[in-house]
Amino acid sequence: MSAVLEVLAAGILTTVQDRGRFGHAHLGVPRAGALDGPAAALAHRLVGNDPGAALLEVTLGGLEVRAHEGRWVAVTGAPCPVTVDGEPRSHDRAEWLPAGSVLRLGPPVTGVRSYVAVGGGLAVAPVLGSRSTDTLAWVGPPRVSAGDTLAVAPPTGDPRAHETPRPRRPGPLRVAPGPREDWFVAGALAALCSTAYTVGADSNRIGMRLDGPPLERSRRGELPSEGVVLGAVQVPPNGLPVVFLADHPPTGGYPVIGVVAEDDLWQCAQLRPGEEVRFTPDRVAARR
Amino acid sequence: MTVSLPGRPVGRRALLVEVDDAHAALSLATWARALPVSAAEVVPAAASVLFDGVDDLEGLRARLAGWSPTERLAPGDLVEIAVAYDGPDLATVAEAWGTDTDGVVARHTGVEYVAAFGGFAPGFAYLEGLPAELAVPRLDSPRARVPTGSVALAGTWCGVYPRASPGGWRILGTTGAVLWDQDREPPALLPPGTRVRFVAL
Repeated sequence: MSAVLEVLAAGILTTVQDRGRFGHAHLGVPRAGALDGPAAALAHRLVGNDPGAALLEVTLGGLEVRAHEGRWVAVTGAPCPVTVDGEPRSHDRAEWLPAGSVLRLGPPVTGVRSYVAVGGGLAVAPVLGSRSTDTLAWVGPPRVSAGDTLAVAPPTGDPRAHETPRPRRPGPLRVAPGPREDWFVAGALAALCSTAYTVGADSNRIGMRLDGPPLERSRRGELPSEGVVLGAVQVPPNGLPVVFLADHPPTGGYPVIGVVAEDDLWQCAQLRPGEEVRFTPDRVAARR
Repeated sequence: MTVSLPGRPVGRRALLVEVDDAHAALSLATWARALPVSAAEVVPAAASVLFDGVDDLEGLRARLAGWSPTERLAPGDLVEIAVAYDGPDLATVAEAWGTDTDGVVARHTGVEYVAAFGGFAPGFAYLEGLPAELAVPRLDSPRARVPTGSVALAGTWCGVYPRASPGGWRILGTTGAVLWDQDREPPALLPPGTRVRFVAL
């Protein structure tokens, strides 16, 4: 019998995520998946889950869940106060959540998105092969709300007591030339890489919007709609770049000046509005 | 027809191949899927195909070089969609086409369309088939809410809104057909390649 997690509070946005939904972009379905992939993978490792299991992505804390059966849990990602029945617990560590007890996540000190893995993984019904919720078109499980009960699968492994993850080092986002770099004036990509941008307030799982010097186009007119990749830096007519994240639309009509390396995208999950972002040329892509 | 192989690199693991039009894009995407090529996503669009999630870009390029724009596309399944032609833009389209509303229905139902590509929303298909002389411009300012099942035109494209959303296309009528159901297999009624006929209710 599978256990149940009862949601008492869900904060401003809590969703179920796994590694995403592949193979449906041509039908207009975003891939979705945990925005901070390494944090989600760590949470699963800590409680002994399969890396493809589903967990909770919690935006700016505010989650409260009650376990109906004891399970190991791990909270990773944006560092936030974690309590079990009011007693402080550690971030980035497997913690035991006894039957009937309440796990609570306070607002993170830094970062945006925290991840909660439960031993066994969330057993919500998959949609098109994935348990991820896409917030653009709402494909997948509905967003998590107070009053929901989430099924948890039987544990598949044991928690790792001595996990010592390599600290992740934020740095400039490595950006390769995009397919439409030629729609911009010469040096536009270099300009992107030499200026500090700030994260816009309307950033979300679909895209990280940036404020800063507009990028100048050399070509006017409309680009016929074309497929867009994760990490694409799309530039709408106002010249302000948008970095496409997991829930981005699979096609777009604005030129893509560059593409951020997938390994760097976790940082976009944790940057807050007003924080600074820098780009640097992606030398790996350049060598290819 | 031209094809600009080997395509434009898109980051580390994707390739964008430009072709002349949506029909060629659908042909290339269908051909590549049938090979098959090793890509997580094959996304045809208005005049390109994106191959994403590719581990071996050089190998993909070599395989795609085998495609010719003259490659014939095997006809896809035919889906009939029943439409109540009662849309708010019927009269405007009639005027643009130099006919009356019956004339619009006759012309719109007289064409066999092909779902060329998707992308606007899950289950939305850009349907090609209208001749160039029947192109209609989008609305100057999009409607805040276009109802589910609206059958609409923009340029020479026809499309059916899988669910209510803002939209600037010219609405001819409404269908009860379910374009997208994530619990159905397959979820999309009109995946790329599907042939479509509209039937007046």
